Amino acid sequence: MAHDEPIAAIATAGLSKRFNHLVALDRVTLTVAQGTIFGLLGPNGAGKSTAIKILTTLLDASDGLARVAGFDVAKDPVEVRRRIGYVPQLLSADGALTAIENLNLSARLYGLRGKTRAARVRDALAFAGLEDLGDRLVRTYSGGMIRRLEIAQATLHVPEVLFLDEPTIGLDPVARRTVWDKLLELRQRNGMAILITTHDMEEAEVLCDELGILHQGRLVVTGKPEELKAGVGPAATLEDVFAHYSGAVLESGGNYREIRESRSAIRRLG
Amino acid sequence: MNGMWRAVLESAAVADAEMRKLRRDPTELLSRAVQPVLWLGVFGQVFSQVRGIATGSLRYLDFMAPGILAQSILFSAIFYGIAIIWERDLGIVHKLLVTPAHRSALVLGKALAAGMRGLVQAVVVYLVAITLKVDIRWEVLPMLTVAAAVFAGSCIFSSFSLVIACIVKTRERFMGIGQVLTMPLFFASNAIYPLDLMPPWLQIIAMFNPLTYLVDVLRGAMIIGGSSVHAVGASFGIMLGVFATLLALAARLYPGLAR
Repeated sequence: MAHDEPIAAIATAGLSKRFNHLVALDRVTLTVAQGTIFGLLGPNGAGKSTAIKILTTLLDASDGLARVAGFDVAKDPVEVRRRIGYVPQLLSADGALTAIENLNLSARLYGLRGKTRAARVRDALAFAGLEDLGDRLVRTYSGGMIRRLEIAQATLHVPEVLFLDEPTIGLDPVARRTVWDKLLELRQRNGMAILITTHDMEEAEVLCDELGILHQGRLVVTGKPEELKAGVGPAATLEDVFAHYSGAVLESGGNYREIRESRSAIRRLG
Repeated sequence: MNGMWRAVLESAAVADAEMRKLRRDPTELLSRAVQPVLWLGVFGQVFSQVRGIATGSLRYLDFMAPGILAQSILFSAIFYGIAIIWERDLGIVHKLLVTPAHRSALVLGKALAAGMRGLVQAVVVYLVAITLKVDIRWEVLPMLTVAAAVFAGSCIFSSFSLVIACIVKTRERFMGIGQVLTMPLFFASNAIYPLDLMPPWLQIIAMFNPLTYLVDVLRGAMIIGGSSVHAVGASFGIMLGVFATLLALAARLYPGLAR
């Protein structure tokens, strides 16, 4: 029966976003089940960041519906915010604060108080592997340490859905692998749904249960990685799938702001 | 939990984080002390000798000390928006905006931190003024009045700065506009000359300038022999009204920084 079905972690219908004459997102319909890691792929400028900004309530859609954790992002943005975590592509931990101060700020803004807050901050430091470095200023951390801290910060309140915008961009292979392990650990421990945008096909292969490819604002295909590969050819890789559905746009490189943000994140990661 | 109380706690969280940053890096406060030293130590000393500006029974140096305190608050707070744009470029604004915290609480927290910063700035200006033998009032009530006015002024101008930051969104544009706004605000006020020496058109502009009311309160409370033109309660009422308006505007515009 319909009312016994679990609520989708993310559900959109005809979701569109226009900036003047530019269509950044074009009638995107998508469902992500609870406990799923969903990878949103696409070249720069395909609409990945726009989609994530709408789903995290940072941006209003022009048309269509989006529900996150059962709440409408346009009508109940505060309820959505209570149930999500977000790791932007840019390095968002405050370098002028220590890890503990960063965690405490997030915890206080999520309404965690007293012993609960202290326990969550302690757990978050342990999760990020920063127990002995919690009093150090974040600007002295390596890129991998900052990303782990940011994931811990975004999940302090145990959200139902976690959004990550290119979380491993600029990280070395070891740090990247650690971030993947942390995300898999979170899914296993809390059963949270995770939506991740990425350019990295290895990341998509290792991490994601399902993938969707955005091409010029349209969600052109969704499916499990194996299904998508089989649909393109017998020996197809995810790179082939990506090229097949996004075609020549692969070389377009995105707009100025996106490139600036990517490079800024990479530069900060050292 | 009551929504209002939650907003208070959220503002306190943001203000606390800002204050921690300020405590860790006080260099900005020290660099901001240079300007009051120059205005009081050079401009004020010279104009006291010239006696070119009629200030009644007050020495010109005493007359301008509250104006320079207000100016110091203005110049420090008006560039607060640069930090907000910096936070936007780093993604910190995005992270704050996806929390369930009230938007007004986030901007109020920033304003409260600016208020605290203003109080520290006031201590620096007092030290300069003492060194130059300005006749300062040391009674408790006037001191508290100065502190409240400094706090309110810092909140007003930092919120104004935040509004500008939300509109221009880049550091380059902000620097240009910040420079353009500060000097007219300063000169269209009673900071370094009395209102009745101004031409009528400038007096009208000064009436709409919140800096005028800040200086007026400070002049009555900070200096022996100083007096306020407007009632202190009325000046505080105007300042709080301006602050509330700017806060509402800033809360409305702040989410636009993440778009």
